[in-house]
Amino acid sequence: MTPLAGYLLLSAMLFAIGLAGALTRRNAIIVLIGIELMLNAANLNFIAFWRFGPNPEALTGMMFVIFAIAVAAAEAAVGLALIIAIYRHYKTTAVDEVNHLKG
Amino acid sequence: MESWIVKNLWLIPALPLLAAGLSALLPRPFRKASATLAIGSMSGAFLLSVVAFVHALKNSGPDSAKEFFNFAWLQFASGDVGVLKLGWVLDPLTAVMLVMVTFVGTLIFIYSVGYMAHDENFTRFFTFLSLFAAAMLGIVIANNLLLLFMSWELVGLASYLLIGFWYHKPSAAAAAKKAFITTRIGDVFFLLGIVWLYHETGTLLFYDNGNGCLEQTALSKMVTHATVGGLAVSAAIGILIFIGAIGKSGQFPLHVWLPDAMEGPTPVSALIHAATMVAAGVFLVARTYPLFEVTLPGLAGDSAATVSTALQVVTWIGAITAFFAATIAVAQNDIKRILAYSTCSQLGYMMIGLGTGGVAVGMFHLITHAFFKALLFMGAGSVIHGCHDEQDIRKMGGIRNYMPATFLTYAVGMMALSGFPLFFSGFWSKDAILHAAHSWSVSHIPFYLGVAGAFLTAFYMTRQMALVFWGKYRGHERPAVATKTPQLLALKEEIEPHESPRVMTVPLILLAICTVGLSLIGTPAWPWFQDFLGSHHSEGFTKDTVQIIMISGLVFLLGVGLGVGFYGYVKRKTASEPDPLERLPLGMHTWFAKKYGIDELYELTVIRFNAWAARACAFLDEWVWGGVVAIVSYVTLAFAWLNRAIDEFVINLGFDRGCERVSRGGSLLSRLQEGRVQVYLRVLGGALVVLVLFLIWGGGK
Amino acid sequence: MLNQMTLSFAIIAILIIAGATAAMTFRNLVHCALAVAVAFAGLAFAYLQLNAQFVGLAQILVYVGAVAILIVFAVLLTRGGEAAEKKVFSASWIWGGAIAVAVFGVLAWAIQHSFASQREPLPEAGASVKQIGTALMTKYVLPLEVIGLLLTAALIGAVIIAMREEDKSK
Repeated sequence: MTPLAGYLLLSAMLFAIGLAGALTRRNAIIVLIGIELMLNAANLNFIAFWRFGPNPEALTGMMFVIFAIAVAAAEAAVGLALIIAIYRHYKTTAVDEVNHLKG
Repeated sequence: MESWIVKNLWLIPALPLLAAGLSALLPRPFRKASATLAIGSMSGAFLLSVVAFVHALKNSGPDSAKEFFNFAWLQFASGDVGVLKLGWVLDPLTAVMLVMVTFVGTLIFIYSVGYMAHDENFTRFFTFLSLFAAAMLGIVIANNLLLLFMSWELVGLASYLLIGFWYHKPSAAAAAKKAFITTRIGDVFFLLGIVWLYHETGTLLFYDNGNGCLEQTALSKMVTHATVGGLAVSAAIGILIFIGAIGKSGQFPLHVWLPDAMEGPTPVSALIHAATMVAAGVFLVARTYPLFEVTLPGLAGDSAATVSTALQVVTWIGAITAFFAATIAVAQNDIKRILAYSTCSQLGYMMIGLGTGGVAVGMFHLITHAFFKALLFMGAGSVIHGCHDEQDIRKMGGIRNYMPATFLTYAVGMMALSGFPLFFSGFWSKDAILHAAHSWSVSHIPFYLGVAGAFLTAFYMTRQMALVFWGKYRGHERPAVATKTPQLLALKEEIEPHESPRVMTVPLILLAICTVGLSLIGTPAWPWFQDFLGSHHSEGFTKDTVQIIMISGLVFLLGVGLGVGFYGYVKRKTASEPDPLERLPLGMHTWFAKKYGIDELYELTVIRFNAWAARACAFLDEWVWGGVVAIVSYVTLAFAWLNRAIDEFVINLGFDRGCERVSRGGSLLSRLQEGRVQVYLRVLGGALVVLVLFLIWGGGK
Repeated sequence: MLNQMTLSFAIIAILIIAGATAAMTFRNLVHCALAVAVAFAGLAFAYLQLNAQFVGLAQILVYVGAVAILIVFAVLLTRGGEAAEKKVFSASWIWGGAIAVAVFGVLAWAIQHSFASQREPLPEAGASVKQIGTALMTKYVLPLEVIGLLLTAALIGAVIIAMREEDKSK
């Protein structure tokens, strides 16, 4: 197995774990953590390709990751703010119970 | 050159027509107004008729042209042939008829004021009387056969309305219907004759400066043209027109309506069924006489070698009716019915006169008959009125003591009808007819029948007078009397006859005077009437004349004598006694009394067939045409039902089901919207997997 | 070299996976947050291993230093009085798990069958901070500005959302 494949596999695993947690945990914060893990897995993927890709001088992967980190951070902030607001309103953080848009 | 009166001859019928129209608008309480209108209009018409008569007198003569006035009425096709012209004619025939109708009419109108005084439909009566008078005068002045026919039909209508005046009585309603339908049968043939005449000659005007259908060109055309059985077209048309006259004048076989028409009020019987309407048939033949008498070779002339078939038919029918009706009259017990059959018989005489002797002979008897028959009917009405609406002569008797004026005038009328020699007009007119029949070239049988009829006339009139005016009053047996209380019985007026009021007796007296007076104008010694009407039989006294006068006188005496013998000496004591004549052999009396069973015969054949045909038509209408209509309606209903079914079960249901499915689908789909975020995420994840797989397999490595 | 790299790679991988799994399964939320911090750290080591020094250190600064702490703050702010959750996993966790497994399976399979399993590593590739800076200021200046806007918006938005409402019953 090449190193690239190893890193890709690692990122896939991390992605799957993050996805599993986001899909199964009841607490909204844990869901957000899962999403962060997914984003990180994607970042790892980018860096791996940058390192083992054809054109490392272009710094494409790295740039992308830098921006992704910034965006992820902003998104985590806003998401957590939303969770706090929802907690204030519904008095719960369980995603199961906030289903008022149920058809 | 047209004089004022000829141009305005239309005023004569227009006055009564106007009176009828105004009277129709009057409410019931306005009795005086309607009577005034009627009598006033008739008097006005009478005055105008006198003016016309004087004018005609001035213009009379054997070769005077007929004065007429024609005008175009209707343009129904282009050109001259498409114009329907109407008009009126003033000739001696018209003049005498006008004077007679208006004079007798006025007197009868005055009489009706008294007779119908107790009737609540007084105004309606005078409306109908005026209508009748207008129509009758229309017949008299018409110069166009179509106008004559229109007035003819109107006269029939007026007769129907007047016979059925008391329509609450079923017998009256039935009699009116019978009269109308029977005359209608005659009218159908009349109309056929008119149509044929128009086809042959192209005009219906009588006199039109040589173009009229009674003038030279048309007549020669028609007489040369032969039709079925070698009959000349003119004769065939004449016979068809005569059938119309048979219906209207109550000749055999269409006489059945006249006796039943006595259901109407007596003034109606006097005016219509004695003097005027029934005379319209005779007048029609007289008016269209040139058509009847024209024969080959040569045209109408006093030296005609042969008598046309049409005239022969006229004479024979007249002769049969004269005798036949007289035999029935002998056995009747209703005072008016005797007079009705007598009218039939006398009309038969008039037809004999027309057929054998020409216009003047027939018309003379018509004029005299009008006066004395009206007199007799009005007298009978007076008797009926006086006897409290009793009409059976067996229940009368000794009336001459109670009603002297009526008795005397009735006697005058009876003398005239029976033919009392020399002084009464009826004698002279009947004598002229017998004279003409005697010298008829075809056969002498009409003469013998006429003589026999004269004998019978004298006999039954004597019988009637004896039973009504002599003897003892037999009316006490009437059930109406028997139910009156003793107090009322004490009052003489309630049970015994009383004289009629003066408004009824004065016209009687006037008519009696005229009956006697008219005898002066037609005697062989001074045949003014015959000359006036252009007859060719004015030969003065001949051996034949005296012979006929003797025969007439003899026959009269015989009849009166037998009548007195049967009914005068052996006075009838009770109302329910059998008549002396019932002893006649072979049940002849029953035959006479039952009118030879002709009504029953018609009932069995014609009426029954008619009823059957009507029922068949009704069946056809109800089941066949009605069935078709019903089927159509059912088909329509079926379509409507089908439509509704489709609408309700297919469209609505389909729509409803469809909407239901949509909403169910919608609710089904809405279940996807969990509301839970994680479910959405799972779906996303699943989709990702599917997409990647798709890319791998689809896109290639 | 390769063996060492493989060894360090294995340690880093174990660290990351362990941290992530722990973060996803612990009942106590604070433990989850701490575990995820460990995972972030592991990721930073992975970046360093891959010669992406700047990204690795940025990872530590941002994720471990800010995001993890932020998560801890959020946990603390939304605690409903220490009442333990009735359930940790949702009712239909099987499905979530299945989908995650499916996703991993698909990805792994894709990786295995792709060119990546044949590629040999290239010699040293590195990126100095100077290079990154230059790229940010020249080639990637627009995304940089947009990121600035984005961060501003996120800041303001987070503040507004989490702001305590003006309660009348206060």
